Amino acid sequence: MNLKLQKIIPQLITVLVVILVFGFFTYNAQINMENRGIDFGYGFLSQESSFDVQFSLIEYDGSHSYFRAYLVGLLNTILVSVIGIIFATILGVIVGVARLSPNYLINQFAAFYVEFFRNIPLLLQIFFWYFAALRALPLPQDAEAIFGVFFLTIKGLYVPAFIWQNFNIFFYSIIAAIISIVIIRFYAQKVQEIQGKQLPVFWISIGLIFTLPLLSFLIGGVDLSFEIPKLKQLATTSFIYEGGLSLPPELIALTLSLSLYTATFIAECVRAGIQGVGKGQKEAAASIGLNPNQVLKLVVMPQALRIIIPPTTNQYLNLTKNSSLAAAIAYPDLVLVFAGTALMQTGKAIEIVSITMLTYLSLSISISILMNWYNKKIAIKEK
Amino acid sequence: MFKYLKQLTSLVAMVAVLFTFTTETMAAKKSKTLKNTQKKGFVRCGVSQGLPGFSNADAAGNWTGIDVDVCRAVAAAVLGDANKVKFTPLSAKERFTALTSGEIDILSRNTTWTLSRDADIGLTFVGVNFYDGQGFMVRKSSGITSTSQFKDGISACTNIGTTTELNMRDFFNSKGISYEPVAFEKADEVVAAYDAGRCDTYTTDKSGLAAQRTKMSNPDDHIVLPETVSKEPLGPVVRQGDSVWEDIVRWSLNAMIEAEEYGITSANADSMKTSDNPAVKRLVGAEGELGAAFGLDNEWSLRIIKQVGNYGESYKRNIADTGILPDRGPNELWTKGGILYVPPAR
Repeated sequence: MNLKLQKIIPQLITVLVVILVFGFFTYNAQINMENRGIDFGYGFLSQESSFDVQFSLIEYDGSHSYFRAYLVGLLNTILVSVIGIIFATILGVIVGVARLSPNYLINQFAAFYVEFFRNIPLLLQIFFWYFAALRALPLPQDAEAIFGVFFLTIKGLYVPAFIWQNFNIFFYSIIAAIISIVIIRFYAQKVQEIQGKQLPVFWISIGLIFTLPLLSFLIGGVDLSFEIPKLKQLATTSFIYEGGLSLPPELIALTLSLSLYTATFIAECVRAGIQGVGKGQKEAAASIGLNPNQVLKLVVMPQALRIIIPPTTNQYLNLTKNSSLAAAIAYPDLVLVFAGTALMQTGKAIEIVSITMLTYLSLSISISILMNWYNKKIAIKEK
Repeated sequence: MFKYLKQLTSLVAMVAVLFTFTTETMAAKKSKTLKNTQKKGFVRCGVSQGLPGFSNADAAGNWTGIDVDVCRAVAAAVLGDANKVKFTPLSAKERFTALTSGEIDILSRNTTWTLSRDADIGLTFVGVNFYDGQGFMVRKSSGITSTSQFKDGISACTNIGTTTELNMRDFFNSKGISYEPVAFEKADEVVAAYDAGRCDTYTTDKSGLAAQRTKMSNPDDHIVLPETVSKEPLGPVVRQGDSVWEDIVRWSLNAMIEAEEYGITSANADSMKTSDNPAVKRLVGAEGELGAAFGLDNEWSLRIIKQVGNYGESYKRNIADTGILPDRGPNELWTKGGILYVPPAR
């Protein structure tokens, strides 16, 4: 009984202190807001926002609500985070492996890259890519076409837009390809377990993912054409491209700097992971007759991943949170659109900041949960 | 006997409590902000992060500009020294929070007076020290000379958290032109992006355009279009709920404008004490008890005029002589064809 009490009392005190501190801040905010005649409430979310946003994944203009503006910002944040995470991972793995390369030039170059990019503040890098690189880009009228259809200009990257006919049939053909690949993989594993025979699963998969959509073009009536951006004159020296898709330079600069920066940390995680696998493991794998590719794929990587995943999760979280630096270069992310413009136009500081904080918290927790699930999946399963 | 003594003590205690309570409310009547300012010995003033002519710091950290002069005037009135001001540079986004949270006591940062700001977010606008309107800047080489030449797809750089963002939408919508808004947090980045060619036009208050033009790599390559698309009365703001402080700031500004109207300058202010005009004498503290109303001495306005100058001097020093807007336009006195008109100080 006494022991139980001893355990409970410190916890009770902690809870009490937390409640008191929280209560004090709430009370304080309430009193001060009352004194200054500021209303508290989330009703503004349904009001018309009356400001426009440069770049949006969903339909939006100033006649929509503040809540819609919030969604625009949130989606833009997710977009830049997802693209950033994909690029950072690819680059990070390449650089991490390159650092362990026996080739002196390659590993020194990788080491230089890591040391250089991770030791310069991110905000500076964002400014560099946006302002320095932006100034170097040509005006739309001076831009040279890349492969005849892409135009990289100071006003953004213009790419051809796809114009689909019967897109749904094409979509179904891809789904069908994916399902059949899953079934074939399952079957191949069975065959290997029973007969010890290896089927060329990889090549079959590649074949399927190309053949089925191709068939949809030939007999399914699917058609694809491109709309190539065309130069349009606005004034004597002012041009833009019309038609096609345009990616704003803010998005490009932000993705570039976030990926380049985060990739350095991921590269270090990958290097540590690979180096963390015992030398004996590789030698043992080689001695039973696996080739170097198989050693890496079947023995080293599964063990290295266990070391790599947890710190890499942290880097994914960092990248997502760092994307809020977007505000500095006019990329309309959550902070710029919602905690910036919307906050200013409504004056609802406490409400908007609290929503923004909760949103980032949920984003981070979602990534954590996803990565923890993956980590569990690849962890040693004790039987 | 002992019983009575106890009752007596409690009675004395009660009277004492009541008395301290009443003296406390008397003192509180005097304005908390004023009391705090006098105790600290400086006025806490929120300004821009660098807008020539309005609030701009030089290399040595000395702030100048007509918005800065409003704060200096309040410091001269309240503390007797126009230099006793602590300036806090704020972005458009931070400014109101800084004021309502009590980090600053005056926000003098080219801020547009609008209904929603005045009524909604715990602020009070005390007056107008610059009548402005939103305009557009373009490159001369573009050949654009009027907003009627704007075409679909035009990209416009501006600041977030400003009325500009809203006016821009109203303007382009009313003209039926589709546009790409590129909104930055800081003015310096807007200028850099526009200067680099990211945007076809740069839009903000016309005074701001004129001031920022001086920061471009080649100012002569840019022109401000003649059209004005909105009303932007800019003025100082205080927190809601301290009416004495509000009056002090309002009348510090008004005193500068009225001093110009009566021809009182920093040079002749002392000699004006013997003027025949009672209005002039009131303004230089030689007649009446104007300062007492807000708990100041009678020479508050004299100090403003002597240390900061009248509105005309401030405008000339900060905006006209620096080449930003030599023509005063609507910011001329009502007696000279402008719309500057303040209630009489009496």
